[in-house]
Amino acid sequence: MKILTGNDLKSGAVIWWDGQGWSLHVDDAVDASEHADEILAREEAARHVNSSYVVDATQTPEGVRPNHIKERIRALGPTVRPDLTLKPADPSAINWVI
Amino acid sequence: MVETQFRFRDDEPVGDPAVTVDAFGEQTNAAAVRLETGEDARVLLPFLDRIRLVEVEFPGFMDGRGYSAARILREAGYDGELRAIGSVFVDQLGHLRRCGFDSFAPNTPLDPVDAENAFNRWPDVYQATGDGRQPIWAKRHG
Amino acid sequence: MYKYDSYDQAMVDTRVEEFRDQTRRRIEGTLAEENFRPLRLQNGLYLQLHAYMLRVAVPYGTLSSAQMRMLGDIADKYDRGYGHFTTRQNIQYNWIKLDEAPDILADLAKVEMHAIQTSGNCIRNISSDQYAGAAKDELIDPRPYAELLRQWSSFHPEFLHLPRKFKIAVIASKTDRAAMRLHDIGIEIVKNDAGEIGCAFYVGGGMGRTPMIAPLINPFVPLDQLITYSEACLRVYNRYGRRDNKYKARIKILVHEMGKDEYTRQVEEEFAHLLTQGIEPPIAELERIIPYFADPAFDAAASDDLDLSDPDFAVWVKNNTVAHKAKGYVIAVVSLKPVGGIPGDASADQIRLMADLAKDYSFDELRVTHAQNIVFPHVRKSDLYTLWQKLDAADLSTANLDGIGDIIACPGLDYCSLANARSIPVAQKISERFAGKQEELGELKLKISGCINACGHHHAGHIGILGVDRKGVENYQLLLGGSEGADTSLGTITGPGFSEDGIVDAVEKATNVYLANKEGEERFLDTYRRIGMAPFKEAIYG
Repeated sequence: MKILTGNDLKSGAVIWWDGQGWSLHVDDAVDASEHADEILAREEAARHVNSSYVVDATQTPEGVRPNHIKERIRALGPTVRPDLTLKPADPSAINWVI
Repeated sequence: MVETQFRFRDDEPVGDPAVTVDAFGEQTNAAAVRLETGEDARVLLPFLDRIRLVEVEFPGFMDGRGYSAARILREAGYDGELRAIGSVFVDQLGHLRRCGFDSFAPNTPLDPVDAENAFNRWPDVYQATGDGRQPIWAKRHG
Repeated sequence: MYKYDSYDQAMVDTRVEEFRDQTRRRIEGTLAEENFRPLRLQNGLYLQLHAYMLRVAVPYGTLSSAQMRMLGDIADKYDRGYGHFTTRQNIQYNWIKLDEAPDILADLAKVEMHAIQTSGNCIRNISSDQYAGAAKDELIDPRPYAELLRQWSSFHPEFLHLPRKFKIAVIASKTDRAAMRLHDIGIEIVKNDAGEIGCAFYVGGGMGRTPMIAPLINPFVPLDQLITYSEACLRVYNRYGRRDNKYKARIKILVHEMGKDEYTRQVEEEFAHLLTQGIEPPIAELERIIPYFADPAFDAAASDDLDLSDPDFAVWVKNNTVAHKAKGYVIAVVSLKPVGGIPGDASADQIRLMADLAKDYSFDELRVTHAQNIVFPHVRKSDLYTLWQKLDAADLSTANLDGIGDIIACPGLDYCSLANARSIPVAQKISERFAGKQEELGELKLKISGCINACGHHHAGHIGILGVDRKGVENYQLLLGGSEGADTSLGTITGPGFSEDGIVDAVEKATNVYLANKEGEERFLDTYRRIGMAPFKEAIYG
């Protein structure tokens, strides 16, 4: 699947297109193969997202998983600071990243 | 032809369109010349006494060769109009002015309030660039 | 330390307002990202993997206690409680919000700090010797010259859109502690045969994907022509540096392609012209700056005695202190490389503690080193044990300076959007693996970069590690034989790369070759240079 990502213009937070708007959680990402360019152009113009692009991902039973390690690190947070990731209480979260 | 949006001179603008550097060498009566991106400003130095307008082209925000071209012309004593043309953006205006540009013809017109802020941004400057402003070190040791 | 006058303060304050205005226009939509990007970069603001990142300048690596304290406060107020000291003597914050960035700059301006030109294709923060003003071996303090260059390079209107970034280092010792010849311009303050002070200019060094050691282009530029000569070097670069390929745009490529002699000839020609233009500040300006860097009031009666009966303290003194020019004083270095830690990171509390300790024990002054450590430049020997105890209580007493645990590492793929592989976990594993062998291995500089841009200086490591992306999997190449000192050399790749665990094993094999072949007091680097790559390759791949 193709999912859309970028950073929130003001906060800089990593965000994923969930079909209606932008979510902090990659599991909310939806397949946007069809209208990617259109959505990104519109959302950039509305300043909802900054530096957006398309990412290859796979729908797994556990959730949406970007194919490249860089995007998986973006989705969770720095692997060396679990306390600063999106799931600080879940030490196993890192297992799907690396 | 793109409009000159800002001009800091009192003399009458040159009416003729600027010619390329190549054409300028052949047309001995031309008074206006355009330096395209990357062209050497020093080729114009033998002709400064007959030039009244030099346009310097900026292809994009990131190409800063035109700044050096402007200073080279001013340092050689050129006192005619020096116009920045092409992709000229509001946040460059003050720096362009410091390098010797005194007219501006951006491809896309700039917001006049933002432009005025940019021209008047810096109360003082650290460097001597030949634009007539006294640098901070000169004021310190006035 | 240098203190701003009303002019300097106005420049920084004006910059804050300019950036506030630019940020407002970006958020409101009248300034497109394409044009905002170079502007925010010239204020040190990147968009990184997880958020915006702000890089704050620490000019020539020197900080007062009040400035250091502010860096700690910013980490708490605007970030997530920590900062990362970089290989160019700066600090960066990883979790910044765009709309708060102007407020951070305003807070910095209150303590005479800024983020001006810490990124972008312009002249970057001027770096220098971290022991300037304290080292025994220096000719004079290089920092007044760095400050003169800082002012000249700040908002220089001709050089804000260079072909690529531009880094200048200034030193005044024969022992190069700033990797001077790996800069775009390296300036060494020297004395000529007539006893006059001047500047030797080395131009066209750098790391990145095409590492080069800068050649000497002028052995002696008089002090009252320093700015004019620098301007000539920059103008030739701005006019002729390549703009068609960003990987070939650094000045090292220009000097290499044009040839050192032709580049020098053009600089000399431009220099002769610029000498007629009156752009050089008067010597009186340098004389105004110099007294700010005068020695603090050292106590001439300070004793050289040191009680080394505490063995942990004794190891720290041996590894982490450096001889001072004043009797009874010492330079003390805080390693930001605890075993298993993240190289260069410090918590807000640690930063504030170091600020307080500098006030109490180091004449209100600190330094940041390009090896990502913190220096107390002027510590009275009689205070050293107390200082060490206080550092120890805050987990800041790791005794591994210049040893295998004192790893330089870039943020890598954990934080950086350019990285191909993670650097920090490799650093952590190596520092854990070798924690007990530190003393046996002696001086061994290990440097890790997470991509070819070489922010982790892997080319200049006795052992260097380069992370690459091999079909979506992190892979690490090993280099041996680099150095950044007076004996600058570039490392050589051993062969095929390794996995994350494989690279740690490979480093161990390399150090075993060293230990088996070491003669006398040889360092790893010396042994490598004597016996060559073959035995290492044999052990690693054989």
